[in-house]
Amino acid sequence: MTDPLFNPGDAVTVSARFPTGRRHIRTPFYIRGKTGEVERVCGAYKNPEDLAFGNYNAARVSLYRVRFDQRHVWDDYTGNPNDTIDIEIYEHWLEPAVTEDSSDAT
Amino acid sequence: MPHDDPHDHSHAAVEADEPQGYYQHLAAATRSLLIEKGVFSAADMRAMIEQIDRRSPALGAKIVARAWTDEGFKARLLSRGKQAIKEEMEIDPVAADIVVVENTAAVHNVVVCTLCSCYPVFILGRPPDWYKSYAYRSRAVRDPRGVLREFGTEIDPAREVRVHDSTADMRYLVLPMQPAGTEGWLEERLAGIVTRDTMVGTAEVRPAE
Repeated sequence: MTDPLFNPGDAVTVSARFPTGRRHIRTPFYIRGKTGEVERVCGAYKNPEDLAFGNYNAARVSLYRVRFDQRHVWDDYTGNPNDTIDIEIYEHWLEPAVTEDSSDAT
Repeated sequence: MPHDDPHDHSHAAVEADEPQGYYQHLAAATRSLLIEKGVFSAADMRAMIEQIDRRSPALGAKIVARAWTDEGFKARLLSRGKQAIKEEMEIDPVAADIVVVENTAAVHNVVVCTLCSCYPVFILGRPPDWYKSYAYRSRAVRDPRGVLREFGTEIDPAREVRVHDSTADMRYLVLPMQPAGTEGWLEERLAGIVTRDTMVGTAEVRPAE
């Protein structure tokens, strides 16, 4: 078992990477680059990016459920400001969130 | 009265023999090859299809009704869903890890898989076609309240709508709110009012008329 890098409550940013080619990536485009909070650690699962191509000995990767504010995800979101979306994201797609306390203090 | 209609015009028979596309051919060829090579038999294949088709929302409804009538079970279901379903409901979860999300007066949950059509088949049976449509998959994340409204489900603006994008190894079951007026009902009767859509989160449970 790999030890998870993040804990519930941690602020994380989804990597804004857009690799091309023959891939099987379970990180939706719409959430890349967005920042949310770890809701729970789901456990460690074989990396689907390897599994999809027949590598059943794929390394296990920690999987998280990350909660995002809908208003942060969609610029034009009109629902309740408390509306959220939870998405499962593998650890190698997460980075510690960068705090923007100096530049964006509005 | 339809019965008295002189039904003298002909209908084309309803046929399932549409022209096969690339993936249907690929699936058929792969199946033939696996059977020829003895990996499994045609009877194994049929038995597997039958096993999949035996799963239906009735299983999920029993789980929900148990949770409504047994606080201890509900707590275990919410914290360790897979074990609770396997050990206490004796439903084989196959390989899936299940996350049960509870609707409350403050939160309404709805499930979608934007990347494909991940669905808790082992407790709800096969997903409805709309769950697999591009329209539902793209719009449920972006405008969940609008999509729910089209299902006839109006969520109070004061309640939080929480979407779950089932992108990876978890499968989701929404534990709907027990409707008022059904307190004291027996488990079996409660299971009868829990529908598939209420466990996906596109509807709320209403007491039977």
